[in-house]
Amino acid sequence: MSEVIIDVKDLVVQFPTLRALDGVSVQISRGEVVAVIGPSGSGKSTFLRCINQLETPTSGHIFFEGKDVTDPKNDINKIRQRMGMVFQQFNLFPHMTILQNLTLAPMKLQHKSKEQAEAKAMELLKRVGLDDRAQNYPTQLSGGQKQRIAIVRALCMEPDVMLFDEPTSALDPEMVGEVLEVMRDLAKENMTMVVVTHEMGFAKEVASRVIFMENGHIIEENEPKQFFESPENQRLKDFLNKVL
Amino acid sequence: MFLMFESFKNDFYRNFVKNDRYIYLVKGLGVTLKVTFFALIVGLVIGILIATIRSTHDTTHTTKYRGPMHHFLQILLSIGNFLCNIYLTVIRGTPSTVQLMIIYFVIFGSVSIDKSIVAICAFGINSGAYVAEIIRGGIMSIDKGQFEAGRSLGFGYISTMRYIIIPQAFKNVLPALGNEMIVLLKETSIAGYIALEDLTMGANIIRGQTYSAFMPLFAAAFIYLAIVMLLSTGVKKLENNSRANER
Repeated sequence: MSEVIIDVKDLVVQFPTLRALDGVSVQISRGEVVAVIGPSGSGKSTFLRCINQLETPTSGHIFFEGKDVTDPKNDINKIRQRMGMVFQQFNLFPHMTILQNLTLAPMKLQHKSKEQAEAKAMELLKRVGLDDRAQNYPTQLSGGQKQRIAIVRALCMEPDVMLFDEPTSALDPEMVGEVLEVMRDLAKENMTMVVVTHEMGFAKEVASRVIFMENGHIIEENEPKQFFESPENQRLKDFLNKVL
Repeated sequence: MFLMFESFKNDFYRNFVKNDRYIYLVKGLGVTLKVTFFALIVGLVIGILIATIRSTHDTTHTTKYRGPMHHFLQILLSIGNFLCNIYLTVIRGTPSTVQLMIIYFVIFGSVSIDKSIVAICAFGINSGAYVAEIIRGGIMSIDKGQFEAGRSLGFGYISTMRYIIIPQAFKNVLPALGNEMIVLLKETSIAGYIALEDLTMGANIIRGQTYSAFMPLFAAAFIYLAIVMLLSTGVKKLENNSRANER
């Protein structure tokens, strides 16, 4: 097994009326594609958002490339530059062109020159087939195009890990495919990915491991074939029966 | 018909031309514009400062303990927020005329100071309270996802505000800020309470000399109206420019 890149230890998130995560531990190795599935309210998004500290855990630790993300002494902004994040609602910056969306962080945070940042952005845009959209504004794009741009925006920082928070859940059905295809290509290039998703087909086909969460616990995890063909836990069986 | 025109001409002559009385209006207009302009700047500075303190406090006061320095800043922020709240309550809860008079007769009561500076302070402090809430509303109106997207890329709190939140918030508040500017311009007409010779006061002085109310007061009203219309057009243009790129 290759090097562990994300090491989550005994993660707990307590909201005022809800224990969103109740002692979650998981290790993710470089190059893995981990799909996290589960019913809504199971804590899977909270888990993902803890990894880059958009959510602050109540207790527990997350080590990313050996550094404790939850330790205030470690500069979280530096750590986040190594982790790309893609949101359900895209969250592109509406007041900037696509190209400006893609080059803002590399220029301001990695101090790349405008030419360098734009060259990199255009190269990635070409790969997702949207290089003709560089000068457009986000409102001029379809949902699927926006999400592909959002993925490119994260990739422009050349992260070691990509976190996906239900990337296709806000899309019209006919646009899901184009986004999954970009993610599939990314997986082929050995990008480490953690994907919270409802796309069972994607999990089955692309993931190297699937995690099932319910009520803030990891109930079952396995490689996709075993996971989908011979689930052990009764609750996972019920869940799969409902969604498949 | 001819007689009416003749009497109008006479009135006009008596009120504006004779003894160069139009000078009262010109000088008054100058004072009004000067006070409005500088009060606007004072108001913007105060408003931005307070909006920053208040919205930073609102968005971060629930975050977890992240070391002593962070804790210290949080306490400082809470005190700042408390003081801002007092300022907003007092300024928005009392008439601006009373505020102007308190500043002139009480606070600056024992020192001799240029009245227009007093007026700038008073109107600036007053306007600041409204500007603060306008800007804070603008910041709060930006979707939380924008902030998270900025942070997830590795931007700190301040950079996220600067590159992502503020530019969007500014566009949203532009109409309200323009409106505040117009309100401020008209509000300065109470400067006569501290005997500052602004446009309204100028018109009133002419009225006192000629004993005719119609001409000078309508002239003042017309000038205010013209400036307000000019400002409205300007704000509209600015608004269109800043939104053009989103279509």
